[in-house]
Amino acid sequence: MKARVTVTLKNGVLDPQGKAIEGALQSLGVDGIANVRQGKVFDIELDTADKAKAEASLKAACEKLLANTVIENYRVEIA
Amino acid sequence: MKSAVVVFPGSNREGDVLRALKLAGSDVQKVWHAETELPKGTDLVVLPGGFSYGDYLRCGAIAGRAAVMDAVRAHAARGGLVLGICNGFQILCESGLLPGILMRNANLRFICHRQFLKVERNDTAFTKAYAKGQAIDVCVAHGEGNYTADVETLNRLEGEGLVAFRYCDAQGHVTADANRNGSMNSIAGIYSDKLNVLGMMPHPENLVENLVGGTDGLRLFESLVSSFPKAA
Repeated sequence: MKARVTVTLKNGVLDPQGKAIEGALQSLGVDGIANVRQGKVFDIELDTADKAKAEASLKAACEKLLANTVIENYRVEIA
Repeated sequence: MKSAVVVFPGSNREGDVLRALKLAGSDVQKVWHAETELPKGTDLVVLPGGFSYGDYLRCGAIAGRAAVMDAVRAHAARGGLVLGICNGFQILCESGLLPGILMRNANLRFICHRQFLKVERNDTAFTKAYAKGQAIDVCVAHGEGNYTADVETLNRLEGEGLVAFRYCDAQGHVTADANRNGSMNSIAGIYSDKLNVLGMMPHPENLVENLVGGTDGLRLFESLVSSFPKAA
């Protein structure tokens, strides 16, 4: 079973990296970019076919390590 | 007084901390991150600066979950002293020993320069050799030192006197210009609730000898050593 975990900054948390990327896009002349927030993607393979078990493992992974919930949200998608 | 300096893969300031502690009169041992116990009789644990695990995932995130951190948490819970410097501060935040997080510097630059800090209180084991309000001359060297916490946490830190140091100018004025990484409330270091855990971004271990420009940093280590009776 495969899953994708996306970790993004919570609303209201300043994202200087996103701002720098936004500025770089503007200086490259890419039109129509209003705002950029950056984050992380984790592609994870699980050694179980049990979806509930996979969900529990992924939640634990996010809470324990992948996201710092002081500043970040996470989203889990199981393929 | 016995100190243990924890070494993670990618730590690089353990030698300087070791030297500073010895100069101040402490016995010092290095402890590898995979250890599950601290050396017997450890009074102080130091998490030194560096780039543990290459700053992968988030600064301090992986080190904050290393085996030795359970022993460090237990030591802190017993009231034992813990000092985290730079990456060590990031590790303390990631391990849950201190609140908040150190984010990318607001100007996105790695900063590396001499820095004055205002000593917010001098009644702790870490700062008794300083005067309250003193501007001490140390160094900073980091890319992620922008202290960030939610409003509730920030109010608690301020209300309970848990801010240890703030970035200031040579006269001790806490100014926006002196706060080069953009930290909330110019916070350079914070204490735990019981004042036995200190995390700070600046490097006191850099300024421990006149040969390299000053000794303001040494006083922090001397404060710690003076908190314990001398070995017979």
